[in-house]
Order: sequence, then structure tokens, then C-alpha cells
Amino acid sequence: MAKLTFKTDNCKGCGLCVDACPKQVLALAQDKINKKGHHPVEAVNIEACIGCAFCATMCPDCIIKVER
Amino acid sequence: MADKVLMKGNEAIAEAAIVAGCRHYFGYPITPQTEIAAYMAKRMPKIGGCFLQAESEIAAINMVYGVASTGKRVMTSSSSPGISLKGEGLSYLAGADLPALVVNVQRGGPGLGGIQPSQSDYFQATKAGGHGDFRMIVLAPASVQEMADLTVKGFELADKYRMTSMILADGTMGQMMEPVSLDFEVAPAAEKPWATTGTKMEREHNIVNSLFLVPEELEKSNFERYERYKYIEENECMWEEYLMEDADICIAAFGIAARVSKNAIVEARKQGIKVGLIRPITLWPFPTKAFAAAADKVSQFISVELSMGQMIEDVRLASGCKVPVTLCNRAGGMIPSPEQVLDAIIEAAKGGAK
Amino acid sequence: MVVFDKPHALTDAPMHYCPGCTHGIVHRLVAEVIDELGIEGRTIGVAPVGCSVMAYNYFNCDMIEAAHGRAPAVATGVKRADPENHVVFTYQGDGDLASIGMAETVHSAARNENITVIFINNAIYGMTGGQMAPTSLPGQVTQTSPYGRDVNHCGYPVKVCEMLSKLDGPEYLERVTVNNVKNIKNAKKAIKKAFQNQLDGKGFSLVEVVSSCPTNWGMTPKQALEWIDEKMIPYYPLGVYKDRSAEKEEA
Repeated sequence: MAKLTFKTDNCKGCGLCVDACPKQVLALAQDKINKKGHHPVEAVNIEACIGCAFCATMCPDCIIKVER
Repeated sequence: MADKVLMKGNEAIAEAAIVAGCRHYFGYPITPQTEIAAYMAKRMPKIGGCFLQAESEIAAINMVYGVASTGKRVMTSSSSPGISLKGEGLSYLAGADLPALVVNVQRGGPGLGGIQPSQSDYFQATKAGGHGDFRMIVLAPASVQEMADLTVKGFELADKYRMTSMILADGTMGQMMEPVSLDFEVAPAAEKPWATTGTKMEREHNIVNSLFLVPEELEKSNFERYERYKYIEENECMWEEYLMEDADICIAAFGIAARVSKNAIVEARKQGIKVGLIRPITLWPFPTKAFAAAADKVSQFISVELSMGQMIEDVRLASGCKVPVTLCNRAGGMIPSPEQVLDAIIEAAKGGAK
Repeated sequence: MVVFDKPHALTDAPMHYCPGCTHGIVHRLVAEVIDELGIEGRTIGVAPVGCSVMAYNYFNCDMIEAAHGRAPAVATGVKRADPENHVVFTYQGDGDLASIGMAETVHSAARNENITVIFINNAIYGMTGGQMAPTSLPGQVTQTSPYGRDVNHCGYPVKVCEMLSKLDGPEYLERVTVNNVKNIKNAKKAIKKAFQNQLDGKGFSLVEVVSSCPTNWGMTPKQALEWIDEKMIPYYPLGVYKDRSAEKEEA
């Protein structure tokens, strides 16, 4: 299992990471709003994460750190 | 005494710039200043410098902006229509507080105008070089020697105050040949900790910028800049007074107009008319004090200009409208003759001058 | 083991770009390349006017903000000030590079100025709210082409890589995009080459990045990336348009 760290307050909720993930690990947190007023990304299925970093590669705001 | 060489005014500017440590020149050909570019094209490669003919005056001033950002002495030169194109860059240089030297060897306008000498860019140089609140130090040479002297001075002032110095010459000054000494003591360039030369990973990044989206910050930068301008106005005014001790009529003229006026003054004095000259060497800062002091002594000013009357407005302001200020001018590339100026002096003397 | 983190050459400043705007991806790629080549300490970036006007806040190297379209001229000055040590890049949008700054673009390419140009082509003026760009597609609806870009009235889009490839000057021209992971990896390869060329003294290297503008295209970020595949790439085909060194090797 890989580890994902999010700079949640910098997330703009664009969802590009969610779509990029091949394992459906990520989702936008519909019940949360960050400082910018967006629904930020969160890991809803971290067990499935393979640490491919596709999410971080697509993220325009560099908010995802990926460790394996 | 240092050896003198016979040079064209334009060449004197170019060589003086090299003596002042300028190793980067960017320009675009335009009459009557192209000798500066041609001289630089010959000299720069021999001394490890860079001459580059830009695709336009706009590109040239922005290349200047690039070198200036790195803290090195840099210049461009042009003539009136080309300076208009550089206006954008002049404003950005001011907004980013970058030092640079810009030479305007003026020709008649507006529009494409002509190629003969003129002083009709006075307003542009001293009031409105581009958009926004800013000033340039404007230096007006009246001899080939001064073309060289003021070029060196221009670089020093630009560095000292982090702003553009402009040499405001005209076609006659550019083309005229006179003996000139190029033996200068050049002040060493100031430290430039703001320059963008790479962080070397040893400091925070430097940013050269003129964008302030927060109005309070933009206002603050303007206020700070004008504090500096105020200091310059108090400390850097340069002018020449000629036969002013007992003068009853004062001619105001710069550059070639001042030289013509001196001839007329000599003739007028022979006829018993007490006339003198105040020749601004810095057009900005304008030597207000000299004119204010003269306004208490003389009964009339005559502004002699190669324009429709531009500096005359500053003479009126400086003299507080205490005495009449009249205009003696030619325009469109024409130069007032000593006879024309003499007639104006005689007319002034008749019209109530003591 | 860290597989992915923010590159050092990017500052911690949150970027002002709209959600899903690919400017952020390209910024990061440039920063990653600067990190990998170990050149942050001698790199000077030149920001344009347009959406990326504040790029100077996002890169840790020294930065200069240029007048609209003039970045290649400014970069020319910076490079010529110290050709041995300065690594200089411009980052420009389509309005900046292909409209108001066309002369500076063409002539810096013709001079083979030894600089790296990152060109963001998203077929619209973003900063001013979505007006027609020199690269807006025929028929594309924008604020200033509300009935669609009519080529009979305002002409055709400018294909920058194709146009510059006709010049003898430039060293390297490639068009890439960043609409999926694979394309992002290719884009990074091109950007790295464009910087490496400068380090090797080869000359003018331009990477055109076909990008998205979800806000002004009126789409979701996802739709915008799909629109790149559907509409942009057919008009602006990806690929290498000039690679002088490779051509020489082949010859």
C-alpha cells in the first residue's frame, strides 16, 4: 500500500486526479469544504493505491505527495 | 591636458558609453543617429561587448530591459519616431526601477516628420515618456564634448537612482564634429543586490517586476519613487548661466538653440542690450531655482526653441509668471538663425525691458 | 520512498489559476526539469502578460516580468548579458507569443537565440476573460467571436511550430500536450530537451504545449482535456517540427 499526502487547502477540486487514478482510490469530499471553498480530494480507497503517481502527475496544483 | 580627438557627436556618445563600462547596445537604424549603432557594431566585438541590431525599437528597448535586469550597464539610441515606439519599454523600466541609458537624437515631427534637427520631443522626454507616473533624468548636451560627458554622467545617475537617463540631443548635435576628450574618471557601478543573475542557491529569488495588483502597494511604490525624484530635483539640477550677472533679458535655451542664442547675445550686447542666457543641462530635473532667481532680476524671458514652444511652459512655471515669457522658434527641422534671435531680443528690449 | 513531490524549483505559493487549468502542470514540468538539470541557481525566467503573468511568484529561480509579447527580447538581453552562465527561459501564452509578440518570437527564432521558450497554446485569451486568440480555432466561440471565429472576417489561426519550422534559425520546435499522463511524460521530455539544448549551446528551442482553459471554454476540467483530443490536436498535430541536431546526424 502506498501513502498519499494532500495539501488539502490548496486543492481546487478540479477532479483531474480522480479521473487519472487507475484504481479509483480518490474522490472529491462532497461533505467537506476547504479554505478556498472547494470540495477537496481525499483518498477513499487507499488500500488499492499502487503508488503510480498518476494523480500527482495530473494535479495542476502540486498538492499530492506520493510515497511507496 | 588629455588628448583630444575629432569626433561626430553620435560617435562621441558611443565611445563615451564604452568608456563608462557599457558593453551592451541594442538598436534599430533611424536617421539621424545611426552612427551610434554603426560605431557600436564596429567596437563592441573587439572589446568583448555585444552589439545587436534588434528587429524593432520595441525589441531593442526590451533587450535593454533584459540586460538592465542583470545589473549591467546597457543602452539604446534612436530618434523621435523610434523613441515613441520605445515608450512602452521606458514605462516598464521605470516601473521595475531599472537603470538604463537611452539616447534620443531628435528630428522633426509629428508622425514620420523629417530628418532635420528638432527639439520637439521635450514634452515626451520630460513629461510623458510613456504611461503612468514616472520621470526620466533628461540631459541636454550643447557640444560634442557634452555628448560624451553627459553620456558618462547619464550612466552614473541611472545607476545611482535606478532609473532611465535620457540624452536629449538633436540632429545637429549628432552630426556635428568637434574635438573631444574622452579621458574620464568613471564612478564604479553601485552594488545591485536586486539584479536577476541567478540565485546561485544562496539567496531568495529576485523578481524584476512592475505589476502590483493591490492598489495600496502600487500607490506605495509610486510614492517611494517620487521621494527619490524629489531628492533628484534638489540635488542633480545642472545648468549654465551666460552673461546673466547684469542681464535684463534672459534667454532660455538648450542644446543647439543655446549655441545659436549665444551668438545673438554677443551681437545684442554690442548694441548695448543687457541680455544673458540660462541653459538647462538637465531638462528634468528642470533648473527651476535658476529661473526663479532670474525672474526677480530680469524684465523678460525669451524661450528659444526648435519646436512650437514646449520648454517655454516650464520657464513660465519656474518664473512664476512674474515677467513676460515670449517664444522665438522654428519647427519641423528648421533652426532659428542668430539674426532671428537677435531680432527677438531687440523687440524685447523695445517692449519695456529696462 | 518518495515517488512524487513538489519540485524544489517551484515555490510554495498557491497558484492563482482556475481549477483544472493546465498551466500548473506545465509550471511543474519546467520546475522538475530545472531540478533534474541542477540549474536553478543560474536560471532566469521571463514571465509574460496573460494568465501566467504572475509566474514569477511560482518559480524559485530569479524571475523577470516582461511587457506583453516582449519576453523573447527581454530573454535575449538576459542571455547576452552572460551567455556562459545564464540559463534563460520564457513562459508565454498564445496572445503574448503569437499575436502582440509575433515579431519578437519570429526574430529570436531566426537569430537562433540560445533560449528556451515554453509556449502555452490554449486558443483563448484567459486573463481578460475569454476573447479570441491568434490560435482560436475556426468556428470557436469566444467573447469577441460570439458567432464563432469566421475565417472570412478575421482570418485563420496561427500554427506557430509549422511557421517557425520554415526558418533556418531555430534549433528545436516541438508541439506536445498535457491532457493525460502519457502526454505529460512526453511534454516533460520535450521541455527537458529544450533546456538541454540551451546548456549545449545549440540555440532557440520552443515547446508548444496545447493546453486547456476550462473556464473560458465553458467546460469542466475533464471535458476540456477531452476537447484537446477532439478539436485542438486535429488542428495542431503533436510532434517534432524541427530538430536541427537530429537532422544533421541523419544527413
